[in-house]
This record gives sequence, structure tokens and C-alpha cells, in this order.
Amino acid sequence: MKVTQLSIFAENKPGHVLAPCRLLAENDVDIRALSLADTNRFGILRLIVNHWKAAANLLEEAGFLVRATEVVAVVVPDHPGGLVRVLAAFEGTRINIEYMYAFPFAREERAVLIFRFDDPDAAIQRLHEAGIAMAEREELFGVEAVR
Amino acid sequence: MLSSTGAVFQPASAPDYIPTPQLEQLQLHRLRAVVQRAWEHVPLFRARMDERGLAPEDIRSLGDASLLPFTVKTDLRDTYPFGLFASPMRDVVRLHASSGTTGKPIVVAYTSADLDVWSEVMERAFATCGLHKADIIQNAYGYGLFTGGLGAHYGAERLGATVIPISGGNTERQIMVMRDFGVTAICCTPSYFLHMVDRAAELGVDIRTLPLRAGVFGAEPWTEAMRVRIEKMAGIKAFDIYGLSEIIGPGVAMECECQHGLHVFEDHFYPEIIDPETGDPMPAGVEGELVLTTLSKQAMPMIRYRTRDITALFPEPCPCGRTLRRMRRISRRSDDMLIIRGVNVFPSQIESVLLEMEHTMPHYQIILTREHGLDQIEVQVEVTAEMFSDTVGALERLNDRLADALEHVLQVRTRVTLVEPHTIPRSEGKSRRVIDRRSS
Repeated sequence: MKVTQLSIFAENKPGHVLAPCRLLAENDVDIRALSLADTNRFGILRLIVNHWKAAANLLEEAGFLVRATEVVAVVVPDHPGGLVRVLAAFEGTRINIEYMYAFPFAREERAVLIFRFDDPDAAIQRLHEAGIAMAEREELFGVEAVR
Repeated sequence: MLSSTGAVFQPASAPDYIPTPQLEQLQLHRLRAVVQRAWEHVPLFRARMDERGLAPEDIRSLGDASLLPFTVKTDLRDTYPFGLFASPMRDVVRLHASSGTTGKPIVVAYTSADLDVWSEVMERAFATCGLHKADIIQNAYGYGLFTGGLGAHYGAERLGATVIPISGGNTERQIMVMRDFGVTAICCTPSYFLHMVDRAAELGVDIRTLPLRAGVFGAEPWTEAMRVRIEKMAGIKAFDIYGLSEIIGPGVAMECECQHGLHVFEDHFYPEIIDPETGDPMPAGVEGELVLTTLSKQAMPMIRYRTRDITALFPEPCPCGRTLRRMRRISRRSDDMLIIRGVNVFPSQIESVLLEMEHTMPHYQIILTREHGLDQIEVQVEVTAEMFSDTVGALERLNDRLADALEHVLQVRTRVTLVEPHTIPRSEGKSRRVIDRRSS
């Protein structure tokens, strides 16, 4: 499934990741997955949240630089080899993974992988062909979000 | 009546077309009178004339101006507050003062006749860029001790335009007034106008859709690239105006609709270009430091004032038909020059690089430090929505591209730091782009 991820530009300074997270918390935005890419010069905070449009508006109004990107969420069994099967599906293709991160579902022994592909539609097609399951909306955001 | 450029001729502009021989005659007549006045009333000037064995009657031609002693900015500080006045206080009707960022401010004085001249040249400045009595002019130069606000105000009123004396600051109100009052022209610093355009976009106001058609921008050096940017973003014509408090304030020179050099109001301000190192006059058309003599000022005549601004006077006539000579726009000042590891760097060069890079808005700051005895230059650039990418690689490439372009132009290794939006302080007047921490 394609999911909208929010990326926030952050200078590599103390407190610069806290501020956007605090803003989202104060407004009851639920962060489902998070990854922080950083260099010694700057960082990019990437978030999957339950209501991305509302969250993006909140952040932009507060003066943060936000970009919405389509990423692909895949569910794998949380055991050795789960990730490899997905990665292997792209072996020999021209589809490029820009970056990825993962988070586990503790109770269900499954993990969600978030992929940023250069061509998300081609990637989804390939995943279907390889018989790999996408994450469903309720798996990511709970039953609340789909109702 | 239309000129060859299609501009409507305005009576206020008549003196701009005076034939050169008559202009030179007028200049010489006025030069001799102003030298006489300064010699009689300003002890510092008289002492310097005496040192050179010069008397006012030795000035017999315009070329003799080069014999006269220079006046420099420190002369104004050293004689603070009133030491260069040539009129008694009962004839002085107005004082202005510089912001005084380095030590004491400088004070300048006007008689009633001086204010008339100032209003006249500012009226002519507005007419030069095609503004007229039907225009609604938002004057966002600061009112007060700074000459910008009142100078533009009186000139716009004399033109017969509608003046909105909003002064600087309160950007949201500026945008509201611009939209609600149908403003057709604005006066402010170019950096403040860019800030307004930014803020307007954030407020959902597209300046391109408003009646605003012209900007009269000055009080700080700016570049051709910045003009292109302003004109594109705001859908207006951006004109450069030049002036300085020591001479009169704004209204010393102004761009016409050709936007190629600024016509100097030579009947009141006599321009020379000198070699900033030796003080010798430069041949026509060659770049050097601009030196100005006020030809008609009473309260505070300035003889051969060294502006520190680097420019050249174009020898060829302008297609607009004005006979007043043009000076190239000022993009740098000899005292703006930064010396970094022995290399001369001008902030305007950095600005050009940033502006020429496709998506970069010119909110930047230059920070100079010294590490292990070696000068370091860092340029902080605010990341804009167009520049921002969710991948680290793209941002690093942007960072490197900027650093490479800067190094190429400046010939000194430059560190570029991408910073979050709205973190560089905005100016509502003259911008302070350079922070020099090398001495601390």
C-alpha cells in the first residue's frame, strides 16, 4: 500500500527534532513510524502519522519545512529472512530503493517495512508479482482510521 | 507626448534634457558658488584649501574640481554634530542623522531651499521611472532621522501622486494596504520588498495579481540577478534609486525605463570617478569610486565627498533622451569588501551565486570566523520548499553545488550551511548580511 510520509527539515542542533514532535503530540497526532536521517550538517525527520494532511498543515503553520512523499508499506513476518525476501524481489530490476526503515508490531510478530522507491508504482507491481503482502490501512493506523 | 522609449514626458523631467554645454555652464557656475560658500563658512574646508594654497577663485573650469580637497565620512564624525554646517541654525529647518552603527551618528542639515531641491530631485526621480500623479505610492522607507522616508515622501507629493506614508515594518499591514488601497508603486529596500513578497505568499496574497507595477528600491546595494528575481516574483518593474544622507538623501541618481544605469541629477550633484587607492580621476567609462559635490546645497555643502561606492559613468547617451550622465548601478562599496585569507570578497558576489542557482531565495547570512589563525567563511542559506527534498543525497548535492559555485566565484573555500526557514533575522530596513566574528 502506498502511504504518505511527511519529511521535515531539521538543522543538526539540540532540540530541533523535539519541536515538531512536541507540536504533533500537543495536537493528538499519532506517530506510527519514524526515522531520522542525519548528516553532520542537517537532518531529515520522516514520519508516518494517522492524519497526514492535518499534521502537515500544523507543521507548516508553525513554520517547519515539510514535504509529503509517497512511500510503500510492506508487511513481513518478524523473523530472520523476512526482510531478505522483499529485498530479493527487486534483485535484477531497475527499481531503486532510495531509503527504508522498519518497525515491528510487538504482539503479532510481524514487521512493517517502509520503502521509498524512485518508482513506487513499478515497485508495487513487482511486489504483487512476487506475492508479497502490502500493509493494509488498518494494520498501520488501527480500525479508527478506516472507519 | 511620447519619447522614443514610449515613456510619457512629464514637465518635472524637463531639466533632465538640458543640452550638455548648458549643463556644464550651470555646473561650473554652481560649483564656484558652493566652493565660495564652504570656504567662507566651514573652517575645516578652508583649512584644507589653505594647506593646498588654493582659493575659491582658482576654480575656473569643471576640470579644476579635481584640485579641491576630498571630504570623507570621518570628517562628519570628527566635526559632530554641526561642524560642517555652512548656515546659521536659524536658517536650518531640518536635521537628519545616520543610524550610527559604528560610533557616533552623522548629522546633516537642510535649509528651506535645500528641502526644495531635495523634493525636486525626488520628484524627478519618480518621473524618471515613469511614475506620475495618478500613481498610488506606498512609501515603506523608514520615516524619522533616516532620510529615506521623508525624502521619498516629499518628492512623491510634489509629483502629485497619492502617498501612503506607511514607513517600514509591520509587514502584514504593508501587504493589506498594498492590496486594499490599490497601490501601484512601492518604495523600500529591495531586501525588505523580497521579505514582503514572501510574507504575502504565506498569507495567500499573490502580488502579481495586484495593481502594483513599479518598485523604487534603494538604500542598499543590490544586484541585477535580484532585480530579475523581484520582477518575476512580483510582476513589477524594479528600479534602482541612489542617494546618501551626506549628499542629500535619496534622489541623487535614478534609473529610467531603460533600466541601464542611473541618471545622476548632475545639475545639483557633480559626479567624478576616482581611483580609490590614489585619489586620481579615472578616464571616462572606467570603474572607480564615486565622488560627489553638492552644487546647490546651502546648509551643508559637500565638496568632493568620497562615497565609497564603486561604479563607472557611462560616456554614451541614453536611448531615453536624457542628457544627464548615467552611472552603473552600485553593486558594491569599497568598504563592504571582506578580505578573507587575503582574497577580496564582496557580499554582492555571494548574492549573485545564490540567486542564479535555480531555486534559491536570497535569505542568507555570511559568517566570518577565525579558526587556528585562518579566516573561515560560512554562508548560511535558508532552505525553501522548492529546495527541500526528503532524501539526504539530494540535500547534500544541493549543499555541495552551492559551495562549489561560491568557491568558483569567490576563489576561496566557502562552507555552506542549510538552515531552517525563518531562522535568519529579517531586516525591515537595511539588511545586515555579514557577521564578522574574527576579532572576538
